[in-house]
Amino acid sequence: MSAIEEKKAKTDSGAGFILLFFILGLVSSLLTGWVAFPKLLYSQKSQPFDFNHAIHLDMVDGCESCHFFREDGTYAGVPKLAQCIDCHEEVQGGTEDEAIFVEEYVANYREVPWLIYSEQPDCVFFSHAAHVKSGGMDCVTCHGNIGTSTSLKPYEENRITGYSRDIWGKNIAGIKKNTWDRMKMDDCAACHRENGVKQNSVQTHKGACFVCHK
Amino acid sequence: MKSTNTQTKKYGMVIDLDKCTGCGACMVACMAENNVPFKENESNKQDSITWLRVYKMDNGKPYPENDICYLPRPCMHCEGHAGHSPCVSVCPATATDYSTETGIVSQIYTRCFGCRYCMAACPYHVRYFNWWDPVWPEGMEKMLSPNVSVRTRGVVEKCSFCFHRYQLAMEKAHYEGREEIEEEEYQTACCQACPADAITFGDLYNPKHKVFELKQTPGAFRLLERLGTNPKVFYLTSRDWVRKQGDNYLKNEGQVIAKGGH
Ligand code: HEC
Ligand code: HEC
Ligand code: HEC
Ligand code: HEC
Ligand code: HEC
Repeated sequence: MSAIEEKKAKTDSGAGFILLFFILGLVSSLLTGWVAFPKLLYSQKSQPFDFNHAIHLDMVDGCESCHFFREDGTYAGVPKLAQCIDCHEEVQGGTEDEAIFVEEYVANYREVPWLIYSEQPDCVFFSHAAHVKSGGMDCVTCHGNIGTSTSLKPYEENRITGYSRDIWGKNIAGIKKNTWDRMKMDDCAACHRENGVKQNSVQTHKGACFVCHK
Repeated sequence: MKSTNTQTKKYGMVIDLDKCTGCGACMVACMAENNVPFKENESNKQDSITWLRVYKMDNGKPYPENDICYLPRPCMHCEGHAGHSPCVSVCPATATDYSTETGIVSQIYTRCFGCRYCMAACPYHVRYFNWWDPVWPEGMEKMLSPNVSVRTRGVVEKCSFCFHRYQLAMEKAHYEGREEIEEEEYQTACCQACPADAITFGDLYNPKHKVFELKQTPGAFRLLERLGTNPKVFYLTSRDWVRKQGDNYLKNEGQVIAKGGH
């Protein structure tokens, strides 16, 4: 091998190394950005105890027995302890979750500090009456299958904003397969645009800010 | 595409200055209703926040001709020309907006970045800047209204005509299967607090609402009407000097012809 050829071979393998490092670097930054960062961004919290919607639905009639509208049209949301006490004065079944519920909460008349998956920031005004009563919409459209589930999923909190992950969604590429995957401002606004809901803004000619904000 | 827009409304106020005693109940009601922050020491009024402010006017004459008048000043919710009120036109962040459904000028605190261009543009001084984060006296944060979001340092705020009350009234209407709300279902806090009944609130377009007739009272005027801001707050008075102080008149300008009726 001549000296020139030798040198060429060296640079060739040098280029190979650079390419290898480039690919390694790219892959690791992609992994950090797409896999590690979302994991780090959200902290997982579990509900005070598990709740089984499915078995309760067999015993009461419909969602309204727990999630009802008040007379002034506001939505009661997550049930208060008073709605459970009639049945849970004493332990009904044999599950550990119920034991926690009865011993720690019912016995002490303590409200359960439920974590709310769909909770919006303070500046947002949302009306269940507008969507469920006037709009005739189904709970599943916005909440998915929580209402018929047998257990509660973990609650994921954004470490920076403190908001629930259900607002910004799981898919960081922004792909939305179901209507309930995400409930960001754009998701509300897109449906409002489709349905022509109060597109009265002088600035944007779209939804006026004072429909969803307060 | 189905449209779920309701009838076009134009909410406004008529304030009878002959009835106003300057008691300040409207200011107090407004502060409490809207979670308006205050300072430990309010003696420096320059950076106080008062969504509704009662001004004292004086005819400048010596006793016995001396006369005073109190003028409550909420946000005028100017319509300008087709909703281009002074503040809305200048906001670089779309933080303030005009709704053609209600005629209300909105302020979205989370969008505002505090440039204060709107404050410079507003001829009525209705906009206020938060120089500090609000500090509530111990325990008072529990008394805050959940219907109005609290503001942070660095943003501008102003009177919203108690828009949250409109939202709640609409929510009740939705629940009861109605599309429209009644006059008494949406009233501002200041209007309800006034012991002299000087403030009337309603839809200026709706002949069934009290403000519809009242705004056409001879002599009704609006502040700085000549600027073309097209404000939605009308004032009534029997006193000519009050009307004259409400706008910039030439010294010897002739008999004022009542405008209003828009
Ligand atoms: C109509 C009566 C009734 C009402 C109302 C009721 N429960 Fe129950 N609940 C039961 C019965 C019966 C069981 C036992 C089922 C089993 O284990 O077979 C049960 C089981 C449970 C359990 C253990 C199983 C699980 O869900 O994981 C929990 C926790 C629970 N209930 C919480 C609540 C809470 C919280 C409320 C109020 C929002 C409530 N229940 C309202 C009757 C009721
Ligand atoms: C026995 C009472 C009961 C009944 C009946 C019931 N739920 Fe619930 N539901 C609860 C409790 C307790 C929670 C609180 C858990 C939580 O914070 O997610 C809850 C939470 C929810 C949530 C989650 C709210 C959030 O964002 O955190 C949804 C959605 C929901 N229920 C829908 C339904 C639907 C739909 C039905 C009818 C098919 C229904 N529920 C019937 C008791 C009930
Ligand atoms: C158009 C979308 C939409 C529909 C339809 C809808 N919800 Fe919700 N729901 C939301 C949003 C958004 C929130 C959060 C509201 C907030 O934080 O201000 C919420 C909150 C809730 C909560 C928690 C409220 C709390 O703070 O305690 C419950 C429970 C709930 N919804 C149940 C239901 C049930 C049951 C139905 C069907 C009858 C339903 N929702 C239909 C969007 C919807
Ligand atoms: C899937 C479609 C859809 C989604 C998602 C949706 N909306 Fe709506 N919204 C509607 C429809 C349709 C109406 C009008 C109902 C009617 O009056 O018939 C409405 C009405 C409203 C109203 C009542 C306006 C009034 O003054 O009457 C508010 C407030 C509102 N939506 C807020 C929100 C917010 C906030 C979100 C997101 C968290 C949201 N909406 C998500 C469809 C949707
Ligand atoms: C259709 C309902 C809807 C309309 C109309 C709407 N918003 Fe929102 N907005 C939301 C919801 C829901 C959120 C919270 C979820 C999110 O951050 O995307 C939000 C969040 C925001 C935030 C971030 C607040 C925070 O704390 O994270 C800003 C800023 C904002 N909106 C400004 C505006 C402005 C300005 C307008 C008018 C031009 C407007 N919005 C109109 C529904 C709406």
